[in-house]
Amino acid sequence: MKLSGAEIIIACLKEQKVDTVFGFPGGAVLHIYDSLYKHRHEINHILTSHEQGASHAADGYARVTGKVGVVFATSGPGATNLVTGLATAYMDSIPMVAITGNVPTSLLGKDSFQEVDISGITMPITKHNYIVKDVKDLAFIIREAFDIARSGRPGPVLIDVPKDITSDICEYKEEKINLDATFTNKYTSRDLEKTVKMIRDAKNPMAYLGGGVMLGKAQGEVKQFLDHFDIPAGVSLMAYGAIDSADPRFCGMIGMHGSRVSNIAVSNCDLLIVIGARFSDRVISKASEFAKNARILHIDVDPAEINKNIATHHHVIGNVKEILEALNTLQKEDITHTQWMKQIARWKVEHAMRIAGETKRPYEVLTALREVAPDDTVIVTEVGQHQMWAGQFYRHTPAGKFLTSGGLGTMGYGTGAAIGAQFGDLKRRVVNVAGDGSFKMNCNELATISRYRLPVIILIMNNHTLGMVRQWQTFFYDNRYAETTLDTEIDWIALAQAYGVKGMKLTEQDDPKTVLDEAFSYGTPVVIDCEIPIDNKVFPMVAPGSSIEDMIDEVEI
Amino acid sequence: MQRYTLGILVNNHPGVLSRVVGLFSRRGYNIDSLSVGETETHTISRITIVVTGDRQIVEQIEKQVEKLHDVIKVVELTMQGSIQTELVLVKVHTTSKTRAAVVELSEIFKAKIMDVSETTLTMRITGTMDKVSSFLHLIRPYGITELVRTGMTAMERGSQSMVNHQ
Repeated sequence: MKLSGAEIIIACLKEQKVDTVFGFPGGAVLHIYDSLYKHRHEINHILTSHEQGASHAADGYARVTGKVGVVFATSGPGATNLVTGLATAYMDSIPMVAITGNVPTSLLGKDSFQEVDISGITMPITKHNYIVKDVKDLAFIIREAFDIARSGRPGPVLIDVPKDITSDICEYKEEKINLDATFTNKYTSRDLEKTVKMIRDAKNPMAYLGGGVMLGKAQGEVKQFLDHFDIPAGVSLMAYGAIDSADPRFCGMIGMHGSRVSNIAVSNCDLLIVIGARFSDRVISKASEFAKNARILHIDVDPAEINKNIATHHHVIGNVKEILEALNTLQKEDITHTQWMKQIARWKVEHAMRIAGETKRPYEVLTALREVAPDDTVIVTEVGQHQMWAGQFYRHTPAGKFLTSGGLGTMGYGTGAAIGAQFGDLKRRVVNVAGDGSFKMNCNELATISRYRLPVIILIMNNHTLGMVRQWQTFFYDNRYAETTLDTEIDWIALAQAYGVKGMKLTEQDDPKTVLDEAFSYGTPVVIDCEIPIDNKVFPMVAPGSSIEDMIDEVEI
Repeated sequence: MQRYTLGILVNNHPGVLSRVVGLFSRRGYNIDSLSVGETETHTISRITIVVTGDRQIVEQIEKQVEKLHDVIKVVELTMQGSIQTELVLVKVHTTSKTRAAVVELSEIFKAKIMDVSETTLTMRITGTMDKVSSFLHLIRPYGITELVRTGMTAMERGSQSMVNHQ
């Protein structure tokens, strides 16, 4: 059948079972939006306030559904507004396809109105990108883009489509698409046997879980693996919720704002089993000191992560879920590391997270949130202190979701991501745990929340400062608070109301549970202005360049 | 630090060179030399890149380059196992007194004289990096007016093609 390029785009999205796209229209994508209008009962387009919000929404949608998130934007500024969202998704390996319009091919390269070389701009922050020069290639490119986005180590892919390509006509034939992610497993049975032997030989093995566990949906296999081989686990920021935070094997996050238990265990273990993680500098801190007593066993889907930041002794490359399943079967009887697990339990008592003065209020608020929120609640964060607190104090479980910009550290991520998360699963509750600085960056997306009446709760941990930067200024810059104090009087409740969203206040005197209970009960969008003291801090902390064993705590300052 | 030569087979798509080169620059890998052209199959191009680094860096480069969607294969070409050659055009300042000496040097190095003017001699030399640099070292005192190099290109010895390289 003969279709226009715009029709082919819609048809190809339907092949991929896409029913939701996020975006913002404009001149270069008029044909596409016209086709979208005709197919509006099959594909739900979510209009955001800004393309950045749409890109984070597509990302949040992908993280909640496990499907490829899709975002549309027009040429020029529309396309450049996607850049932060694409970079965020790229750093956290989130499957996304961005479709941008561009000026007609005859005007490309002539500095035309709203022309930008978005394929050149996004080359370093996409897994791959395309500029379509012939409508005959369009269907193939879209199919390939989706396959690249979800396969192996996932990531964002951008397709730039000049306007004339969307009106050109060409033959289209529907194809049946395999929507499963494909992996090239590069391990042998010997690799697995060696892995099992290394674990069997280890006295004090420790697991380090990363975002790959979540992307690979391997939470069940991880739990089995840890129980079967009797191993404790620390996580990266991306893997909160890989196992229950209340599990005796769970030690907390590893790294700069990790737990003492995890950092001590990593430094003292004799085998570190790294599963779907990439040794980020925020985890390893001083590379030469990281897990210095341990042999390193790395399980990951991406061969380029092996020996990138830390040299490994053995690695298994492939789908994490399949590898763990194979290891769990290969070792018949349960293995025990009784002494080591006892040691971990002792450390968990000795080095329990201290809740005092400067961490008390965030702890109270976030534990109250956990009491009120259903188990399957999606917790989204912005970036900064509140993000670390949400990791530390909220009890994460595989039933819930924790959406956070781990790699890029994108302030302003949360509101867009919360919108995407809510569209990804309308039955779950979604809470954006925000800071006042981060929320302000993209609070225009309240208009989107309001437009679609999404029951998203935005909990602003309001300390009237850029708290994490202030914390560094306190420790390392002699209390010189350069441009971090946000003393502009903003009435967040009035702001919310201006968008038609309910606003609530949670003062330091209020009982957080009462306020949160009320917020959840509305079933509508709610913004909560939660006052916290300006000098609250994230503890413990590893000073930059130090070994992760060297942690600063409140009492030591 | 050592010098490594990589042969990279890529899809002959627009922008592919910039993908490969962009990867090198953003990850901080230095390119000593680069050459590129179509292969026996017109849909496939081949890039030869010479880099300096330690073993771990070069392995990392290979893996990162291999991840690019348009890259088909990356093979490390050793000095012993491959033919490595470069083409250089050099314009040397000459006078009636020095011309004979320069011509003599060009004969020793099998450099071909391509153009002569009253004050210059333009030569073409091919060969390994070592051969080219010793030739340039010897003619430099006469005064090099202009120099252009294609960059190293390399092919494995023996009957195998890089497409079948294991």
